[in-house]
Amino acid sequence: MFKNHRARRVTTYLLLAGAVTFASSAAGSAQAAYSKASTAKCGTVTLADNAWVGYEANLAVVSYVLKHNLGCKVVVKNISEEISWQGFASGQVDAILENWGHDDLAKKYITNQKVAVDLGLTGNKGIIGWYVVPWMAKKYPDILNYKNLNKYASMFKTSESGSKGAFLDGDPSYVTNDEALIKNLKLNFKVIYTGSEAALITSFRNAEAQKKPMIGYFYEPQWFLAQVPLKHVTLPAYTMGCDAVAAKVACDYPPYALNKIARVKFMNSGSPAAKMIKKFTWTNVDQNSVAKSLAVDKLTDEAAAMIWVTKHAAQVKAWLA
Amino acid sequence: MSTQMLNRPSEIKTSPPAKKPSKLNVYLGLLTFGFLTFAILLRGKATLPLDRSSLTSFQTWLNNVSAWIDTNRDSNPIFTSFINVIRGFINGFVTFLQNMISQTGDTRTIPQIGWLGVVAIIGFVVYAISNVRIAIFSIAGFISLGLLGLWQESMDTLALTLAAVTLSLLIGIPLGIYAGLNPRFEKFITPALDFAQVMPTFVYLTPVTLFFLIGPASATIVTLIYAVPPALRITSVALKQVPWSSVEAAVSMGSTRFQALRKVQLPQAKRTIVVGINQTIMAALSMVTIAALIDAPGLGQVVIRALESLDVGRAFQAGLAIVVLAVVLDRSTTAAASKVDAANVTVASRSTHRLTLVGLAIATLAIVFLSRIVVWAGAFPGAGTLGSNLAKYVNIYVNWFQTHFVTITNDITDVVSYGLINPMQTLLTQSPWFITGLAFVGLGAVLGGKKLAGISLFCVLAIVGTGLWSDTMVTLASTLVASVITVVLGVVVGTWIGRSKRADRWIRPILDAGQVLPAFVYLVPFLGLFGATRFTAIMAAVVYAAPASIKLMADGIRGVPETIIEAATAAGSSSWQMITKVQIPSARRALALATNQGIIYVLAMIVVGGLVGAGGLGYLVVAGFAQENLKGKGLAAGLAIVLLGIMLDRITQAAAHRNSKEYAEASH
Repeated sequence: MFKNHRARRVTTYLLLAGAVTFASSAAGSAQAAYSKASTAKCGTVTLADNAWVGYEANLAVVSYVLKHNLGCKVVVKNISEEISWQGFASGQVDAILENWGHDDLAKKYITNQKVAVDLGLTGNKGIIGWYVVPWMAKKYPDILNYKNLNKYASMFKTSESGSKGAFLDGDPSYVTNDEALIKNLKLNFKVIYTGSEAALITSFRNAEAQKKPMIGYFYEPQWFLAQVPLKHVTLPAYTMGCDAVAAKVACDYPPYALNKIARVKFMNSGSPAAKMIKKFTWTNVDQNSVAKSLAVDKLTDEAAAMIWVTKHAAQVKAWLA
Repeated sequence: MSTQMLNRPSEIKTSPPAKKPSKLNVYLGLLTFGFLTFAILLRGKATLPLDRSSLTSFQTWLNNVSAWIDTNRDSNPIFTSFINVIRGFINGFVTFLQNMISQTGDTRTIPQIGWLGVVAIIGFVVYAISNVRIAIFSIAGFISLGLLGLWQESMDTLALTLAAVTLSLLIGIPLGIYAGLNPRFEKFITPALDFAQVMPTFVYLTPVTLFFLIGPASATIVTLIYAVPPALRITSVALKQVPWSSVEAAVSMGSTRFQALRKVQLPQAKRTIVVGINQTIMAALSMVTIAALIDAPGLGQVVIRALESLDVGRAFQAGLAIVVLAVVLDRSTTAAASKVDAANVTVASRSTHRLTLVGLAIATLAIVFLSRIVVWAGAFPGAGTLGSNLAKYVNIYVNWFQTHFVTITNDITDVVSYGLINPMQTLLTQSPWFITGLAFVGLGAVLGGKKLAGISLFCVLAIVGTGLWSDTMVTLASTLVASVITVVLGVVVGTWIGRSKRADRWIRPILDAGQVLPAFVYLVPFLGLFGATRFTAIMAAVVYAAPASIKLMADGIRGVPETIIEAATAAGSSSWQMITKVQIPSARRALALATNQGIIYVLAMIVVGGLVGAGGLGYLVVAGFAQENLKGKGLAAGLAIVLLGIMLDRITQAAAHRNSKEYAEASH
């Protein structure tokens, strides 16, 4: 699944490179003479804003650079992932700045409808997995191996989980294998679908504050880990293709290389914003520092981005080159 | 008088003869006994469970249907041009309003009308339609929006709400009048209304955006679907409440049917129609946050973004602005109606009043002009420090409350979950589907005869057909608990504020807040206190549903004719007797409506419950919104919610109907 995605990305990359070369050679030198003026006239860029803080950090910094360095007008649309992809078809969204997988949507909009294009990696590595509250990891160090989970299962019982231990899942838009994992690893747990990221984070926060047992699905990079450093539970290691059949999964989640997606027509428009977004990459440390400014220090997007951009002038310059 | 009100001719003709209550109780007792016996004897058999990730063939088919629409929506020209016209019209309407009061457009630095201008217009309009007190209140309310630091967002929300409410009333009131006059049309449209009110918004959020794209048009349409039914329904109820004899009298004195409607029925129904307008405004404002998920501009966006970082304070700040808007709109419409009611002012005072209005109109125009050219009157001054301070203190307070009360609230959760929800859920999910289904059919037969039994049978079989019987039972268990709490609150608080004007004045703002404060604002504190549990979902549903029940009940209590109250007082009734023997029985119809609306509002929160750990159908709907391959399953879950809703709705209506008939007979 992951390999295919990668392969397709390379293909689309090549196709895109070809298209760009063709377009620029066709436009000829007139385009070059024009480029100074078009820098000033970037026009309007519409960016999707998906509802997690890591994304928000990407958005804050990209918008800041687009506004201040390229003079673009940035329109932000607060919408979910699937609706964002839909925006490529209707022309209402120009780019998604942090995409987690979504092979089905990539197939629909990149491969079939050819309205979207993969813009390459953001540089952020996504980790998905099972996490326990830190106090438990400290008190019961062996809990961090899945083989010992059954020993502690009864501690995790709640009013919602019957006779088994409760395992909490979050927002349904995240792809999870937890039910299959629990069944195939013969764990005495039951998946409780909290239904939202807010519910999941609140549960983890309370469990740590009250020293109550809790285990659940979580992921990095995530600002919340700066507040409560959840501990990762080791599952059987991920190998290529071990998650091919959903019902038979018995291995950890694959590592995610997060990427950017853009509308084909936007990329072909010659907008300097398109080039900047394509070049945008940074690390988990970068993203976490901006995310912390946003979520913990409660700065505005503009203020949080300014702090980071002033400290990383050279990197920003590279995006604009 | 009251029997007259209840025994309209159409009802006498259509309803079967009432059975004695004792006989009814025997039937209900037998039914309960039979259900429990068989449910326990056959427990665990034919419970129809379905794995979270599995799909039935029906659900796969729904997946294919939505995929088909997705690929073909652009190729059908009639369809697309029709849709595009509607979209263009609504977008134009909303954008026009936004340019007037909230957005700056390309050439200006302030909107067409600056903040001071908007405040002046609001003050003038509210004064013109109601009175000075409410006008000052409205002005203060609007200024507080600016002080909260959310002027522009509030105006975006106001623009969208005005658009949605205008369209809702344009559709809802004429249809409601028609439904009130024409029982056949009412019968025809009722299922559609139920469908629109009970179908969770999340289910049609994606389809609507497929046709109308993200943005104001989709947001308005989503809101319309939800806000038209209360306007229509309550208008028709209002017309039916008008004593039939007064219409007959008017007609016998030579009025045409239309004159009778205009001169007799509509004026008498006005008080209740305003309740309908009021409910429509509340419904529209309650959609602000969900509409933000498809890029509706305004305060909803602030709430959604605050939620990402669990910033309760910021979410509350925006939620409070929504509440302020709601209270202002509510108060001014209500006061407007009571002013028209008391229209017996002298000619002299009317002409002075007219003179004042002309003077104020000129002043308003001057201020509007000022707000277009002077910066301080155009853009709201100040940085909204009040708002950010408020957010800060709310966060501190919520944290404090949580740390100090969490042990108690956790205990409450456990007591209710283990003591009430778990047994109920076990009973319902472990009982074979045909036993529970038969119980519903039997309940329908006992309370409403053959026809209701038929409806129940259809709903039960259709729910089985969606493949989600077991999840439906999970949801039913929580719904029942939430509905009981809602109705009890409705009767108790509704009677209280119906009897006491002072209590009404204090309680009503809280009710408005409960109805329009987006659930997303209090979900996080609730999660903190009660955990990600079904109980949290129940609490959220009660906060949302109880105000509607309470308001309708209070309206009913106030609607009890003065003559009856006087007669009872003269006969020496105590307050308690007055409440239990006179006021509540006379307000039976209101009680029926309150119960009914209470349940429908609880059902509307099933999906929100899915966001905080209720599981069941609500979670599946959310999952369907979020995941491409679960779309069909989410749609099926939405259908199951509607079917469950229609069944519960019909059964409660039948029960309430019986009660009012028995009362009518007893008082003969």
